Amino acid sequence: MSLRSAFNYPRPRFILGSALVLGVAALVSGCATPPPPYDYTAFNLAKPVTMLVLPPLNDSPDVKATASVWSHSTKPLAEAGYYVLSVGLVDELFRQNGVTTARDAHDIPPARLREVFGADAAVYMRVRKYGTSYAILSSETRVEVEARIVDLRTETVLWQGTAMASSAEQQQAQSSLLAALVVAVVQQIASTVTDASYNYAGIANVRLLGAPRYNGVLPGPRSPFFGKPVNAAR
Amino acid sequence: MIGADRICSTLGPFCRTASVGRLLLAGMAVGLLGACAQRGPGPLYLWDTFPRQQYVALQGADASPLEQVTKMEAHAAKARASNAALPPGFRAHLGMLKLAVGDPDQARMLWLQEKQAFPESAEFIDRLLLRLDSMRKVENPA
Repeated sequence: MSLRSAFNYPRPRFILGSALVLGVAALVSGCATPPPPYDYTAFNLAKPVTMLVLPPLNDSPDVKATASVWSHSTKPLAEAGYYVLSVGLVDELFRQNGVTTARDAHDIPPARLREVFGADAAVYMRVRKYGTSYAILSSETRVEVEARIVDLRTETVLWQGTAMASSAEQQQAQSSLLAALVVAVVQQIASTVTDASYNYAGIANVRLLGAPRYNGVLPGPRSPFFGKPVNAAR
Repeated sequence: MIGADRICSTLGPFCRTASVGRLLLAGMAVGLLGACAQRGPGPLYLWDTFPRQQYVALQGADASPLEQVTKMEAHAAKARASNAALPPGFRAHLGMLKLAVGDPDQARMLWLQEKQAFPESAEFIDRLLLRLDSMRKVENPA
């Protein structure tokens, strides 16, 4: 092989390099592909207006998790356009009726919940993780929540989803302006209140129940986004 | 901020321009943030400390209804002054606290206000009013 022809053909190392770049690009775009759109048929059919949030089940060792996540659920759902029954009153009514644990509340038949509270839909929540894990080099405050919205008349599941918020996100995503904003807000709250998990529960709840969000809860009748397609543009 | 001071002492007269530049940068950042915050419609309600009041009430044990009433009435006054809407459940929660401090008339009034502000709450509020009436009948039989 002459020197000339060697210049006319791409060198094998170069081919290997570009293949690698392409492979990485494919991998990255693969990660960026959004999950398949949620099937909102049941949600659109039911058109709930009032929501009863039940006390969240708690898988974490922190006993405050139920009260914390429950108290944060009102804001995102109300801002999403729904009427949310006062969780304080719901708690009081449960107590007066001898329902003292989240498990007991979740076991009540939907028809009975509808009878007592007169709500269109119930929100069944579970706290997967709640708290700070301490390690030698770094500690992480993490809250993971999931929710299922059920029509109280038909018992149909209208929507379900999961979300999390973690202090570790701050180190990972400092580059974007939005992330920097979130970090600033969190740090500000953290400096005034000592209960760090409580603040991350607030963020996780907005990510879980806020609207409009991709594959999230549909905006309710009081939202300016009511009736608009939620998965149209990201 | 020891580092900044040391830079200032070595820069001397240039220090002023450096801080002006920093100020400008900060101003630009604030402007940028403001632009972001103005996109899309604002929040529907004035939340203030309501989620935290709910947290306190749900924790039960060391919640003082009177202290909460004071905070929530200040919140309501703030909303009135800025012509902002109170969130769903706010008046209902305050009514519950009024009942706890022994003022069922105020509780009834607040629950009726909740129904007026959110007509879709009628089914829930009517059940509460019914309970309140039956409670009072037990307390003061005619």
